[in-house]
Order: sequence, then structure tokens, then C-alpha cells
Amino acid sequence: MRIIFYILQKEFRQIFRDKVMLPIILVMPMVQLLILSYTATFELKNTRISIIDHDRSQTSRDLVSKFSGSSFFSLISYESTYERGMEMIKEGKTDQLLIIEPGLEKKLGRGEKAGVMLITNAINGSAASLMNAYASSIVSDFNKLLVAETMPGIHSSGSLKTETRHWYNPRLNYQTYMVPGILVLLVTLIGMFLSGMNIVKEKELGTIEQINVTPIKKYQFMIGKLLPFWIIALFELLVGLVIARLVFGIAVEGSVALLIGTASVYLLVVLGIGILVSTVTDTMQQAMFISWFFIVIFILMSGLFTPVESMPLWAQRVNSLNPVAYFIQINRMIMLKGSGFNDISEHFYALVVYAIVMLTIAVSRYRKVA
Amino acid sequence: MEAADSKTVIRVRNLVKKFGSFVANDNLNFDVEKGEIFGFLGANGAGKTTAIKILCGLQKPTSGEIRVAGYDIYDQADQVKKNIGYMSQRFSLYEDLTVGENFQFYGGIYGLKAPVIRQRTTQLLDELGLTHIKNKILKEIPLGWKQKLAFSVALIHNPRIVFLDEPTGGVDPLTRRQFWEMIYSAAQKGITVFVTTHYMDEAEYCSRVSIMVDGRIEALDSPSGLKKHYRAESMNEVFVKLARSGKNSR
Repeated sequence: MRIIFYILQKEFRQIFRDKVMLPIILVMPMVQLLILSYTATFELKNTRISIIDHDRSQTSRDLVSKFSGSSFFSLISYESTYERGMEMIKEGKTDQLLIIEPGLEKKLGRGEKAGVMLITNAINGSAASLMNAYASSIVSDFNKLLVAETMPGIHSSGSLKTETRHWYNPRLNYQTYMVPGILVLLVTLIGMFLSGMNIVKEKELGTIEQINVTPIKKYQFMIGKLLPFWIIALFELLVGLVIARLVFGIAVEGSVALLIGTASVYLLVVLGIGILVSTVTDTMQQAMFISWFFIVIFILMSGLFTPVESMPLWAQRVNSLNPVAYFIQINRMIMLKGSGFNDISEHFYALVVYAIVMLTIAVSRYRKVA
Repeated sequence: MEAADSKTVIRVRNLVKKFGSFVANDNLNFDVEKGEIFGFLGANGAGKTTAIKILCGLQKPTSGEIRVAGYDIYDQADQVKKNIGYMSQRFSLYEDLTVGENFQFYGGIYGLKAPVIRQRTTQLLDELGLTHIKNKILKEIPLGWKQKLAFSVALIHNPRIVFLDEPTGGVDPLTRRQFWEMIYSAAQKGITVFVTTHYMDEAEYCSRVSIMVDGRIEALDSPSGLKKHYRAESMNEVFVKLARSGKNSR
């Protein structure tokens, strides 16, 4: 116990004396939380649309005004020809092109079918389908309006009406969804990189030899190396939760204690991976690249940005080995749904097993004797 | 010979260390006695550092029977480690800690109690005449002082044997001299000093010297005995005569 205390004392002295690392450890995660939470969004606002109005009638102007009045669209330009419109899309000056065919009003007046054409830049497929959905809903609303005006006799009285309620995130706020995930990201980065780099740094400096020549036990060394970053990461999670509350207005629905408890176990997994990386590498450069390799895969597959459920089945299976995926789910459940222990117990036990396995491998891979 | 008398503190029999097909230590045999200053000489790549790391328990030998401080290095590694100090070729104190903090850390992980650490730190710094730099960050201190401090740190837990791997590399002649005074005073207190060096004048200061060539010990005797045997004026001459025969050194 005393030996572990001396390692802790030394680690904290070094961390707090490092004028470059200290601000990085404490400030960088908070900046990331603020920036990412505002920017990592799939919400579409201000879709740029250009209009080619071949009809130039009252009806076509009404339709256009529906678009310009919507908060999702901003009307960029009126073009005279199809070619000019496509030019705008090619040059990336507009996202969508709405073409209103000539004689629209007349056709409608005669009770004939008339149409508009919608051309969307679909390089980003999911954004394009959202734009299409928004645009189509405006057109169909407009259509209903027309029907009501021109044929007042027919009411949509007998039709089904769906009433929608959004639970857990009633205002469909993207930040509410992203912030818990980004918090996980931050503690993961801190845990994995700091712990891994720390031991490799001692290898590079040669100080690890001086430690290995003492009768210190492996577990004492490991605890001494794990604990500082475990404490720092938990502290940052707390600060992150405060920021989530004050800046984004996201309070933890569930129990904060449960959240911290699962975070503690989760961090053991992450720190274990970091230390495992450091035991199989000799330089900080090697450790950095290996850690990045895992972090990038873990994060992209974690469900932070894209739902795990829409990944192919093999990827979902791989994800059962992804600690980040577990903790993002747990964190969203506790923070947004107010889930209790019974709701998350399956994920929690998975993390416990994971932590035991990683730490065992890490400790056994660390060799005092070459 | 079998019943190792209590004066023998290091006993090496048939030590072999191979890295793949490369033989770093080829059947080493030697004894070191209590209070001796044992010089471990050899050209670069002769296998000195490998042997010293094996004796300190930092590397495993391929085969051989080795006892350090009376303990078997395979079965009683922790006992060995409690009784030895080690100062590596690479500087191994923490540059971002103060002198006192370095002593405290290393004393701490040797399992010493706080009052013992304080007392040893005061005593060792006092012997060095460096008490006034106790609160200085290490990187602000000249190299020669750091080397002396590293030696003191290796002594913090009162080891019976101290291993010094090229302790005076890159140090000025005056500091080198002071360093050897430290080695002498340690030996006088009964601490066995096992030291590797490239400086042949330093070899003259040793009680006994072994010279390694291509992983083997080619000569082992007191400096005067070696000079007599090789009909040489100085240890320098002895070394050059022996080292020239090695294939790695040509």
C-alpha cells in the first residue's frame, strides 16, 4: 500500500509540474465537448435550394413561398434554364433544384395532373434523403391545400391522423443525443492515451529499468500507474456532466452514482487496453499509432454518430467486443432515460468481465525481466 | 569450492546468454567477494551490459547457475533485488522531479518507511556535499552531479552489492575522480562494487578486473597480476592486447 502511494505521489507531481500536459489534460476535453456537441449534428437546416419556375403563375409563386418560408430551406436563386440550374449544383452553390413545369396552374385548374421536379445533390446520401423528405412534405402539404381550395366539398374528415410524441428527448434536440456520447469519447481518450504513453515514456527514458531492479511487485506498479489516470478521467467526467447541465441543459435523469460506478469499471477496461498497448511497444510513436488504430475503430463503430442497429450483422457482432459501444449505450440510458441498474445490468456485467480480462492480460504481459 | 564461503557475494557458473544465434555471454565463470571493487571490462559489444543485467535480474540467462548476495536469481529474485543497487548506463533519475523527490520515490518503492527515507536522503546528500540542491529540479543540475546522485540513489536501501554500468561516461576528469572516491568509500563500508568501464585508468583502481572479449572472459586477475602476465606497462596495454584478438572489435 505504501509503495503504491509513492508511485501515485510521483505521478501526480509529474503531471502537475508539466506545464504543457496539464492544460491539455484539463482544458482540451472540455473544449472538445463544447465544440463537438455543437457541430456533430445530422440535423439539416438551411438547405440551399434554387428554383426554375417555368410557370410564373400565382400557384407557382405560392409553392415557392412555402419553401422560402420554411426554416429548413434558404432560397438561393431563381434560374431560367435547366442547364443553368445544373451548373449551380455542379459548382456546389446549391443543394437542390426545384423545377416547376410550364402550365402548372392551368392544368390544375382543369383538374389535370401536374408536376414539379426535384433534383438533389446526393453525394451525402443520408443528407439527400432528408432534404427530399422535407421538400416532398412541403409539396404534399401544398397539394392538400390546393385540394381543399379547389374542391371545398371534399374534406379529409375520414382519414387517419397520427399523433407523435418523442420520449426521452421531447424536442428532438441533437445535442441531447450527442452530449452523453461525447462525454464517453473524452474519458476514453484520456484513459487510453495517458496510461499507455506514461509507461512507454518510462521505457524511452530508461527509468523503467531502475524500477524493475527494485523488488516492487507487478500489481503494485500497475495500480500505481492506473490509479492517477483513473482519478483524472473520473474527475473530467464530473466536470463534463456539470457542463452538460449548465451549457446544454442536460441533467442526468438517472442516478449520478450509478453513472460514476459504471464509468469506474469502464475506465478499468480502457486503462487496461492502454497499458496492454504500452507493454507490447517500445516507443511512444508505436504506442500512439496502435492506440489510434483501436480508438478510431471503437469510436466509429460505437454508435456515437451512426446507429449500431443499422450496421451489418457482422459489425454488430464485432461491437460486442467494443467497450466504447457498451458505455455509450449505458451513458445514454442513464442520462436520458433515467435507467436504473436492472436496465443496464447486462452491459455492466459485460464491462466487468472485459475489465478483468484486459487487466489480467496487461499485468501478465508486463515483464520486469526481459 | 561447493560450499560457497560467506565471503563470496556473487557466484557465476557456466552463464550462457543467447539472443537467437548470437551468443552474448559464452560460459562465464567467476566469483566476487565481499567488499571488492570488481572491474568488468571489455570492448563495446563484448557482452558486459548483458551480464550485468542478468545479475540484476533485468534479463533471464539462457542457462547457468547464478547466486547474487547468497540468493538464487531464478527462485529468489525478490531477495536478490532487495540486496542490490543498480545504476544503469542510461541516466535513470526523473528530470522533472527534485533531488529530494527522486530519493523519496526510489526509497519508497524499495519499501522504506518515510523516516528512514528522510534520514538516508540527508545522510547521502551530506556525504556528497550536495545538501543545498535538495529542492532543485534535476534538469537544472550539471551532469557530473546527477551521476553522483544516481549512485547515491542506488545506495538508498543500503544494498550489499551495487552494480554500476559505465557510471562515469561523459563526465569530466575531476568528477570522475570524485566518483571513484565515492566507490572507495562504499567499498570500505563493506559494499561490494561491480563496475563496468571503458577508462583503463579506472581499471587500475579495481581490486580485481575481468576482461571480456566476444562474450567470453579472457582474463581475470588483479591489475598488477594482469600486467605481469601480459608483460604490459599499463592496463591500457593489457586491454589492447586482449581486445585485438576479438572478432567483434577489429
